[in-house]
Amino acid sequence: MGYDAKFRVWRGDAAAGQLQDFTVPVNEGEVVLDVIHRLQATQTPDLAVRWNCKAGKCGSCSAEVNGRPRLLCMTRMNTFTEAETITVTPLRAFPVIRDLVTDVSFNYAKAREVPSFAPPADLKPGDFRMQQVDVERSQEFRKCIECFLCQNTCHVVRDHEENKQAFAGPRFFIRLAELDMHPLDTADRRQAAQEEHGLGLCNITKCCTEVCPEHIKITDNAIIPMKERVADVKYDPVRWLGAKIRRRTSAD
Amino acid sequence: MTDIERHSYDVIVIGAGGAGLRAAIEARSRGLRTAVVCKSLFGKAHTVMAEGGIAASMGNVNSKDSWQVHFRDTMRGGKFLNHWRMAELHAKEAPERVWELETWGALFDRTPDGRISQRNFGGHEYPRLAHVGDRTGLELIRTLQQRIVALQQEDHRDLGDYEARLKVFAECTITEILHDPSDANGQPGQVSGAFGYWRESGRFVVFDAPAVIIATGGIGKSFKVTSNSWEYTGDGHALALRAGSTLVNMEFIQFHPTGMVWPPSVKGILVTESVRGDGGVLTNSEGKRFMFGYVPDVFRTQYAETEEEGDRWYSDADHNRRPPELLPRDEVARSINSEVKAGRGSPHGGVFLDVSSRLPAEEIRRRLPSMYHQFKELADVDITAEPMEVGPTCHYVMGGVEVDPDTESAARVPGLFAVGESAGGMHGSNRLGGNSLSDLLVFGRRAGLGAADYVAGLGAQRPVVSEADVESAAAAALAPFRAEGGENPYTLHTELQQVMNDLVGIIRTEAEMQAALDKLAELKARSRTVTVEGHRQFNPGWHLALDLQNMLLVSECIARAALERQESRGGHTRDDFPTMSPQWRQVNLICAVDDGDVTVTHQPLPTMPHELLALFDRSELSKYLTEAELVALPEEKH
Repeated sequence: MGYDAKFRVWRGDAAAGQLQDFTVPVNEGEVVLDVIHRLQATQTPDLAVRWNCKAGKCGSCSAEVNGRPRLLCMTRMNTFTEAETITVTPLRAFPVIRDLVTDVSFNYAKAREVPSFAPPADLKPGDFRMQQVDVERSQEFRKCIECFLCQNTCHVVRDHEENKQAFAGPRFFIRLAELDMHPLDTADRRQAAQEEHGLGLCNITKCCTEVCPEHIKITDNAIIPMKERVADVKYDPVRWLGAKIRRRTSAD
Repeated sequence: MTDIERHSYDVIVIGAGGAGLRAAIEARSRGLRTAVVCKSLFGKAHTVMAEGGIAASMGNVNSKDSWQVHFRDTMRGGKFLNHWRMAELHAKEAPERVWELETWGALFDRTPDGRISQRNFGGHEYPRLAHVGDRTGLELIRTLQQRIVALQQEDHRDLGDYEARLKVFAECTITEILHDPSDANGQPGQVSGAFGYWRESGRFVVFDAPAVIIATGGIGKSFKVTSNSWEYTGDGHALALRAGSTLVNMEFIQFHPTGMVWPPSVKGILVTESVRGDGGVLTNSEGKRFMFGYVPDVFRTQYAETEEEGDRWYSDADHNRRPPELLPRDEVARSINSEVKAGRGSPHGGVFLDVSSRLPAEEIRRRLPSMYHQFKELADVDITAEPMEVGPTCHYVMGGVEVDPDTESAARVPGLFAVGESAGGMHGSNRLGGNSLSDLLVFGRRAGLGAADYVAGLGAQRPVVSEADVESAAAAALAPFRAEGGENPYTLHTELQQVMNDLVGIIRTEAEMQAALDKLAELKARSRTVTVEGHRQFNPGWHLALDLQNMLLVSECIARAALERQESRGGHTRDDFPTMSPQWRQVNLICAVDDGDVTVTHQPLPTMPHELLALFDRSELSKYLTEAELVALPEEKH
């Protein structure tokens, strides 16, 4: 059932680039990454693309296929008609390095701004006890393969470079939620989520959830509960009073 | 080359998988300024692909487990060719290394009493693998990645710079280890640094450092059907050889029994052994559970003889023997190979692996989420309702850099260390599932310690990088641009993969390996004129041209060692020498490079102390040891 597919691939670098047309053979069962590799092997040996595992586990081959953020290794060719032209472009929210490769250092910078896991100081290795039901909430977020498709699609930064400074993005909201919901984490991350990581900028349009290849319910299970926890701290009158009293006591 | 980018560190770790990151954490924690240099982005290393778990005898599920039982299983799995000291250290230290991960934020699946859950796996006597569903490798890499970030946050707090003492150089490839010249006796000089290029810009970079830890993983990309990612081009193996060190056990390649076989584009992608650990059965086209017919003599007493007994074992492991689907990987892979050759294979040339008739759909999705997802999205197969088709895939190289078990320092070259899949000895002729992630942690930490002690011992006397060596490394890296009219590197790579697959694969013969060596010599000659197009900025054709040199060198080591070893053991099966030989068990094959040529020499296996031999029955030892060795054993045991 092989056929010749029409591909348009963005080629260029930070300075300039354009879509380039290719006709390339496709075989049964292939994914878009197979076709990109065939282009490299037969037509454009210097076509730049990131990839590693080719099994949807490492999150390296993120790009946009017909304008949708996708993993190239998990986008099957049989989801397109044979007549369709398939357009492959780099992630839009990040600066292009070359062809399909973008500079994703933004995400690594944001990762450093999230304070690390803080277990109880007196708990020794080997003595951790947690129930399965309690770890499962955080485990969902630890499925994240850091493909950064959620970061790429989020409209807060996709077309608003100026927001990047104040906004960590969905990937790091689930990191915050993961730590906040960890049964043994001792840090309070709610205030920082709002004030330092820009949780308030998210207006829960769920675009991130839709593109997540791991099907993590980013909005429902991480962002909304975090927003509720933040609201608890910020607006609960009892907590407000408690905070006042504690502050007074500690000042005495 | 005065305009070249330069960095100075105490230790360079090449590779950012589990072994490299654990080594870097230890080196930095011991006060060394540490750089991690890796070919991919931080957090993408092949370790993320590990599925089943981390083997450690914590005894959370069966309290009878202990380091001695783990040690015994590891030696049996490796058919007694393992370096006993590595297997001992590994079994003893693995639990601490797993518990430590929890303090860094890892979230393993739990037992009902809140401890780390442990699952059954091939060759392990008790449930032993700490796991997170079937994505344990991802949990491991993320935990270590986040530990690195935590250390960087400490440095930011104390020194105002995240990267003051620990920096990751991502998408940067090391092409040579720099070292002092050999002395008059041929003793290689000590390490002075490393040379590489940034993948993004193609610009060169020199690291001045007295210690280099190789943690580059395996060699699978030399084979056509493999579970390995593109990074697995044997870089560390080749770097060590070129620096004057040696490789051990290179003939032993693990073909994982269960890779996907259909569709063609996913052929080789791993199907975790957990499917079998959790009850999955292997059947042929006649619907027969064929593994019952393939239990070898050395394992006869430890495996069930009937399906009924095998099935009872899942609920009552103390009174029944395990099903033969859980034999070590080499046995299962060869059995599948035989079934397919005998014409009892599945439609796409594998066999059937079925878990749908064994567990409820909900349970399958909970225990094996990645497998469910992988088959659903890549093969249109619903594993909760129908069997998978699976077949052997090149998965792991047992062979690697010859190291000192306690410090991971590489043979012959002072300042060079190797760890994880790129090091040899630990797994003997066949690795047990789950023993890789624990290997990375145990020996990663030890390599970091070894490097710290070595650097401290040097004091102020650090070797200096030779500028001539930098010049020649740069010239070698640019050679593919200078060549004209040569072949495209992709063509050569495809041919290499076909040769290794067809001639040095799961079943080997002398004639085929001779043919492979002839073909490898031809490819080597053609590779000298490989030509790449375009410029140096993120150019995958150029990157492959350089990786190809490493793949060719390491493939030659594999073929030469495989030709030399005239017996069948673990991940080395000779059709012309089908049995295991006690005489050959006393021999390690050592590969070195002498004037550009690969040499293979015999070296005696280190002798296991009596107290460790005493963990085995004499009747079991008699299947592995020579008469002379058996006579030398103490009379009374246990």
